[in-house]
Amino acid sequence: MTVTGDAGHGDGRRPAGELEAGVLAALWAADAPLTPGEVQTELGGRLARTTVTTILSRLHDKGAVTRTRVGRGYAYTPTEDAPGLTARRMHTELAKEEDRSTVLARFVSQLSDEDEQLLRSLLEESGGDGQ
Amino acid sequence: MIFSVWIPLLVPFLAVPAARRLAEALPPRPAAWLLAAAATGLAACSTAALGLIALAGALRLPFFASLEDLTSPLDALPTWLAFPAAATAAGLVAASCVALIRTARRHLAELRAAHGRLTPGTGELAVLRDPTPDAYALPGRPGRIVVTTGMLRALGPAEREALFAHERAHLKSRHHLFLAAAELAAHCHPSLRSLRAPLAYALERAADEYAAGAVGDRKLAARAIGRAALATRAAEPSAARPRAVLAAAVGPVPRRVAALLDRRPAPRLPRSRGARLIAAVLLGCLCASAASAVEAAADLHGGIEIAQGEAQR
Repeated sequence: MTVTGDAGHGDGRRPAGELEAGVLAALWAADAPLTPGEVQTELGGRLARTTVTTILSRLHDKGAVTRTRVGRGYAYTPTEDAPGLTARRMHTELAKEEDRSTVLARFVSQLSDEDEQLLRSLLEESGGDGQ
Repeated sequence: MIFSVWIPLLVPFLAVPAARRLAEALPPRPAAWLLAAAATGLAACSTAALGLIALAGALRLPFFASLEDLTSPLDALPTWLAFPAAATAAGLVAASCVALIRTARRHLAELRAAHGRLTPGTGELAVLRDPTPDAYALPGRPGRIVVTTGMLRALGPAEREALFAHERAHLKSRHHLFLAAAELAAHCHPSLRSLRAPLAYALERAADEYAAGAVGDRKLAARAIGRAALATRAAEPSAARPRAVLAAAVGPVPRRVAALLDRRPAPRLPRSRGARLIAAVLLGCLCASAASAVEAAADLHGGIEIAQGEAQR
């Protein structure tokens, strides 16, 4: 995939905040604390090791992650943004009245049975659901 | 006044289906602008018309007539019609004002409450420890991308980037304002309610296209949406799943995925004659609505001057 214009991915020209989100998400997706090297592997090697290290220390400065010494480096764990708050509770708070809150655009809406079948066949046609 | 004041109230019934049809033929971003502009414009005109009817009736009451120094009765509307129409119009305007203020205040309070639950200053991403996959953009300053651990684990790293790009598009383009405008417009005229769903769809499509551009891979963006939706469905209890009311109605998620998988980029401006015709009808509707409201206002003003004895019949 060639990287063109402002729509490139994985390159250093992206705003730092966008890279931070990817790194933080990798830490959350893992069950255990990760070292910068492990984060880099988890992200599929799309960021340089030094970039990952820089982003992790920036996240640490913000308080978004905590770190523990592992050997000569650190392993990072994400800190909870809203401890004990589940998505369901957030939604009940956001939609107290019977008509759902319309200010929040959810990434995906609910599927009907027909939708699920159609979606599966679309993804199979597009080649490879799993990877 | 007698005729023109009713036009802005009737036009939405013709303009709304036209706007929906035209939005289907347009790329997502122009479609979103069209739907939001049609909703707000039609709502403003119909509310103005109701206001004029209420005013015309009110000025027949001795109290209001004396305020305006009317020396003879205002004949903007026929006598048998003036009072019932004015009372109904005043009631409708009052009801939509109350609904408008309540909705706006509720939305703001909800957003403030949601932001209050999150730790500030930790960046754009707010992660909730929750196995149920869910993700949404929380507008505000700064806007946050709220996502659950369940959603992060359901997607691969590249797909997560597509998800974040999608939510960033919502925040950057301030899509919540479009939704809020349509929501408020729906309180002003019942036929405008049916613009909300196509607008929400156009905004999702616009964000999908932005995400596909940001990750540089339409298939990847399509897969992220598809896998997120399937993971969400697998996690929810079957009782909470929506039943397909119409077997023929395909939900928004498969349509979004299909649109991304289609080789062709989003269609350019509609070139078909049908689309042009619908566009002409819609433009005509909006112009007629605005012109009628202005004409009715001018008529009423003229009528008031006559009743004040300042102008000749």
